[in-house]
Amino acid sequence: MTDFLCKVEGLQVTFPHRNGDFVAVHGFDMHVKRGEIVGLIGESGAGKSTIGNAIMDLLSHPGKVTGGRVLLDGDDIVQKTDKEMAYLRGRRIGMIFQDPMTSLNPLMTVGDQLSETISVLQNVTMQQARVMAVERLSGVGIPEASDRMNQYPHEFSGGMRQRVVIALAMAGDPDLLIADEPTTALDVSVQKQVLDLIRSICVERFLGVILVTHDMGVIAQTTDRVYVMRHGKLIETGASAQVIEAPSNQYTQDLIAAIPRIDLREERFRNPPKKTGEIDKWLLENKPSAQTGDFLTATALEMDFATRKTTFWGKGSGFRALEVPDISIARGEVLGLVGESGSGKSTLGRILTGLMQPTHGTVSFTDHGPLTQVKSAAARKALRRDVQVVFQDPYSSLNSRMRVDQILAEPIRFHGLAERGQINHLVGALLERVGLPADAGRKFPHQFSGGQRQRICIARALSVRPRFLLCDEPTSALDVSIQADMLALLMELRRSLGLTMLFVSHDLAVVRQVSDRVAVMKKGVIIECRESEALFDAPENDYTRMLLETAPRARVCS
Amino acid sequence: MQFLIARLFQAAIVMLCVAFIGFLVFQYIGDPVLALVGQETTVAERDALRESLGLNDPIIVQYFRYVANAIQGDFGISYSFNREVSEMIADRLPATIELVLLSGVLSLLLAVPAGIYTGIKRKGGIAQTIMALSVIGVSVPSFLLGILLILVYSVWLNWLPSFGRGDVASVLGFETSLFTLDGLRHALMPAAVLCLFQLGVILRLIRAEMLEVLRTDYIRFAWARGLPARHVYLGHALKNTLVPVVTAIGLQLSSLFAFSIITERVFQWPGMGSLLLHAIGQSDIPLLAAYLIFVGLIFTISNLLVDAIYVLIDPRIRHGAR
Repeated sequence: MTDFLCKVEGLQVTFPHRNGDFVAVHGFDMHVKRGEIVGLIGESGAGKSTIGNAIMDLLSHPGKVTGGRVLLDGDDIVQKTDKEMAYLRGRRIGMIFQDPMTSLNPLMTVGDQLSETISVLQNVTMQQARVMAVERLSGVGIPEASDRMNQYPHEFSGGMRQRVVIALAMAGDPDLLIADEPTTALDVSVQKQVLDLIRSICVERFLGVILVTHDMGVIAQTTDRVYVMRHGKLIETGASAQVIEAPSNQYTQDLIAAIPRIDLREERFRNPPKKTGEIDKWLLENKPSAQTGDFLTATALEMDFATRKTTFWGKGSGFRALEVPDISIARGEVLGLVGESGSGKSTLGRILTGLMQPTHGTVSFTDHGPLTQVKSAAARKALRRDVQVVFQDPYSSLNSRMRVDQILAEPIRFHGLAERGQINHLVGALLERVGLPADAGRKFPHQFSGGQRQRICIARALSVRPRFLLCDEPTSALDVSIQADMLALLMELRRSLGLTMLFVSHDLAVVRQVSDRVAVMKKGVIIECRESEALFDAPENDYTRMLLETAPRARVCS
Repeated sequence: MQFLIARLFQAAIVMLCVAFIGFLVFQYIGDPVLALVGQETTVAERDALRESLGLNDPIIVQYFRYVANAIQGDFGISYSFNREVSEMIADRLPATIELVLLSGVLSLLLAVPAGIYTGIKRKGGIAQTIMALSVIGVSVPSFLLGILLILVYSVWLNWLPSFGRGDVASVLGFETSLFTLDGLRHALMPAAVLCLFQLGVILRLIRAEMLEVLRTDYIRFAWARGLPARHVYLGHALKNTLVPVVTAIGLQLSSLFAFSIITERVFQWPGMGSLLLHAIGQSDIPLLAAYLIFVGLIFTISNLLVDAIYVLIDPRIRHGAR
């Protein structure tokens, strides 16, 4: 027996490819002791999940371990046969995946999945396994466990499902638990509970835990030691507090500096360097003459979603998704809209931009009148030119069959905003304005990274010279360092072009950096709406306070 | 439950529409009186016949009379056989049903294991061979295959009879050849021909679904928590492939009836298919209309069954969730 429960030495993972092999992990070393949570952090593509999968021998095809050793209690498990590895999985090493919505079999009850696993791993009968399953479910904090045994995964909330997943991963009482982004798909308040649960299991059962994440806040909150990865290589390691407070490596320093702070509105997001100015004159041609007053107001908004009709003649019962008595956005203002999933923040954003019809209530634009009166084709076209959207997922919001210059030129041509001969020049200037090379237009969207694509989406929104921009979680799909660039770009554009913005996000720290005023939503109702700084410094509502307290922070004090 | 009641209601509407089309066939394809009477019949006699048959009533009245009769199993009298249509269908139906059932069971027994196998071992030699053969199964026309089988097993080897239904035994009041050895010998080749196309389609579908499901997170999680292969493949993966597969089988069941027309012709099988061909040849409209309604009924029932099975398989449909 060695001191280390699990020790990784010089691990190399290769994905063979016809254009040469891609080495996802180069000579990686790490170790985990019992009773310790070790963090593995890096941005997308850093190879952090690959290490977890390599230890489990669950690398996706065609990846394989091409060097190094993985020692479990001194025993090299890389050399083991498939059969021996299958025996170790669940019994010695457990694993939790990122998305609790997809890691459970949708067609089996939670109880059946858990008792099946227990009966296989513990060698007991199904009856005994069912009794144990109830205990295990209550053990991970699921109330009324014996009733919930007969429910299907879709009847559980995200946080509860992740608890079930943890119970399943722990069914064979493993010594090592690999948690691959276990809270990324969860709301902040739930995230804290799940991390606390992992922490307490680790302590109670004297378990070694490898926590793979991209979120420095999670590392700070949960782990004892951390390994920072980049491009498949180990960059820095040490005690979590030490690495976060005083990172020695430049990359780690940049990574930590890029995290928006929930406790402070930072200057760097407000005054980034301005890149080009020539296109701004064109973009400002649609600037409204009035600079004060409301850009839009909405009153008595209600939105009901009908649940599906169950009979041919029946009427589905309604579900009140939104109830907002009044909300307005001033010209040139950035209104932040925060809330957990299902709070109705995206629905409100869509209603305010006319993408969705409210059941009751009116949305009225100062420049265009009430939305219900905008009926003629010309009036609609004018409204849509003024109101643009940047969506969450830059992968699915660009047409992959169109070249980037076609994507940008189409709205300009549709709205007749420039002479035919000018369009190419404008597209190039727009791309440069959002920080891409002018010749990027000749490529297709798939040739760009996530951050670059989001820049293309912003350029597309700008191409019609809008006055109002709805940003619906524009940075949620991006890495922190890219998120920082994106926020800086948006803020700079807003200042130069006098854009009015509605910024929807679940991330309180991000919202603080960009918003003048913030509205907090819960279950379809705005529970607090005030000046951003005042709200973050002294929240009045208990729910707001709870959200602020549970949000993971990289730096505990500053 | 409400879901099923709604489906049942929709099925009834579909059947009324099918019956209406069947009825229109009566109305617009030829004059039934002309078809019934000889050359010498006078105009007055024809009018009397028209009146007595109710052909002068408004169309809607005639339609409802037709539907009312059809519900009671009365589809009129066949022009060419001068027998009750319902009686003739009752004669022929068991033969077709046993053929369809036999080939359906045969194709499922082969397709499900083969589909699972090729889904799991997609690079293996056996899997590749099965996939290559399934292409042949899908693409070779069934009449050609039927003739080939007759040539090999009846003419050259003289193992199996080439036509007819053979001995029948009476089971639960139906005449069937599935319970006598001679009957089975007769049914084997037509059933094999009929099953081959279904086999290819279902096999490929199960394989594709299996490949899809094996990539999902819950299968990776099943591996990660140490479940043995048998549990992962047969317990977790197979059930999740079933929803689309059941849909396809439902549609295939109906198409088996359609394909059986050709197969019955090749093997001189005395079922519904050969009856239909005869009816077309003789312009036997009551028979045609009844066949149309009958096929509609088969489609409706099989789709209804598919919906019911969905509810059994997928709890998310049961609970009306997304």
